[in-house]
Amino acid sequence: MSAGTPDAVVSIQSLSKVFGKGGVTALQDIGLEVERGEFVSLIGPSGCGKSTLLRIVGDIIEPTSGTVSVNGKPARRARLDRDYGIVFQAPVLYDWRTVAKNIALPLEMLGWDRGRRADRVKEMVELVDLSGFEGYHPWQLSGGMQQRVSIARAFSFSPALLLMDEPFGALDEMTRERLNLELLRIWDEIGSTIIFVTHSITEAVFLSTRVVVMSARPGRIAGIVRVDLPQPRTAITREDPRFFELVTEVREQLHAVGADEVLEEATLQ
Amino acid sequence: MRPMSAIALEHPRTRTTAVRGGIGRALLFVLVLAALWGLWEGYRWLWIREGWTKPFVVNDITMPHLYGIFHQLFVPARVNGPQLITLLCHSALFTAKEAAVGFGIGATVGFALGVILSHFGVLRRGLLPYVVASQTIPIIAIAPIVVVGLGNYNIAAWLRVAVIAAYLTFFPVTVNTLRGLQSADPRAIELMHSYAAGGWAILWKLRVPSALPYLFSAFKVSATASVVGAIIGEAPSSIPDGLGGAIINFNQYYTLEPKNLWATNLVAACLGIFFFLAVVVVERLVVRRAPEHLA
Repeated sequence: MSAGTPDAVVSIQSLSKVFGKGGVTALQDIGLEVERGEFVSLIGPSGCGKSTLLRIVGDIIEPTSGTVSVNGKPARRARLDRDYGIVFQAPVLYDWRTVAKNIALPLEMLGWDRGRRADRVKEMVELVDLSGFEGYHPWQLSGGMQQRVSIARAFSFSPALLLMDEPFGALDEMTRERLNLELLRIWDEIGSTIIFVTHSITEAVFLSTRVVVMSARPGRIAGIVRVDLPQPRTAITREDPRFFELVTEVREQLHAVGADEVLEEATLQ
Repeated sequence: MRPMSAIALEHPRTRTTAVRGGIGRALLFVLVLAALWGLWEGYRWLWIREGWTKPFVVNDITMPHLYGIFHQLFVPARVNGPQLITLLCHSALFTAKEAAVGFGIGATVGFALGVILSHFGVLRRGLLPYVVASQTIPIIAIAPIVVVGLGNYNIAAWLRVAVIAAYLTFFPVTVNTLRGLQSADPRAIELMHSYAAGGWAILWKLRVPSALPYLFSAFKVSATASVVGAIIGEAPSSIPDGLGGAIINFNQYYTLEPKNLWATNLVAACLGIFFFLAVVVVERLVVRRAPEHLA
């Protein structure tokens, strides 16, 4: 068993990742604990390794050194126990499956019988507000709807931990804000733990209980901002003066690590 | 309704546009047919009138009238016998059986080989050159070996021909299976790993469905090739019941009655087209893919 608070879902200790022999150091000496029910965002300039970190936690790639434990188990064990749900920036839906069958995919892997799958799919379709679209194929849906299906699929088997890699990055601003609210509602209803990679400062502050600011080359944790905005968050939260203070705090931390491109994006918004 | 329901969906094709498209296609088909007809008869007429002999002498033997060829189909093949088309339909049915079974064997073996080769890199590197080499040997050199070889095992003659058809069929399927299985989205594979899916589940739930458009491209090539394979395979087996037998027979009497051979070729072509269309129909039913992703 690794050290860490007993309630930690994810415990990362002195983790590093080097790509290639003596090559680029993507992550250096990362230490992070994520507690049950938390919503933690990773933000930083491109190349800071935030996606790499997420992929290591999900046991998609292996770290060069250091340890990751999920629910007190090594990452590999946790993956084999199906403790993760993953949502990518692209929906990665199966074209040949309908909405309902896409959502049911992980349940098939878990060996659920047909009736139980159908019940859960119905619940999930309602949860992501896609009732009536069960029989559609992904290419018949808009980008926002596709991402909703992808979220429903990730939540369908109630994984302890949800890993989201810029899930709303490819969507327009209005769709993104609406899906932010929906994600918070689902997170609240299901009570899971989420690690969320994003490029957007406002998105990170709005969604998270903590924002982890990362620096680039090598990727390190530069600072952590605890977001003490009241729950549940609503559209009004975005107008809260405290919201702006926190956005400024994250921005200043990013500035300190020289993440100018994220800041440029932020000023454009 | 909620606002999100207002998001536009891609509209399925309405019935009227589908019908209009069908009429347009039929019209185009007739137009091209008429043009080809005109080209044939025009060439024939010009060469005979001018007495040109290059690239070949044009007369009723080398280029019969097209309407003559069609007419020949309805002339009794023997005195007081059935019409030629009746005979040819029986032959075509016989050849179709060989070709269909050959296609089935070839597609199955080709697919299985593709799956095995894609799974084991060592086998792929070691065996693929020989798989390619197998296709460089002319089929007329293989056919007698297969026919005589399998004859020792008391296998029905038509089934031996089916094996030859399979030989022509499996290769495109293997190559496209290999490519298709590799075409799965790498992120979708990561997703499957995150569900702790094993290799078998990834193969059947992700790689094979991803490969389907590639597979059907191969099936289209193979379906027509299987007809050719069956016809060629009939020759060394001396099977008189199929189109291959008919072609050999009418070949011998070509200078007496060339229209019989031409009519047989016409039926053989129709059989090939039928096989092709059968694959297209199955593809429409099976492959559910965004229209722009259909191969």
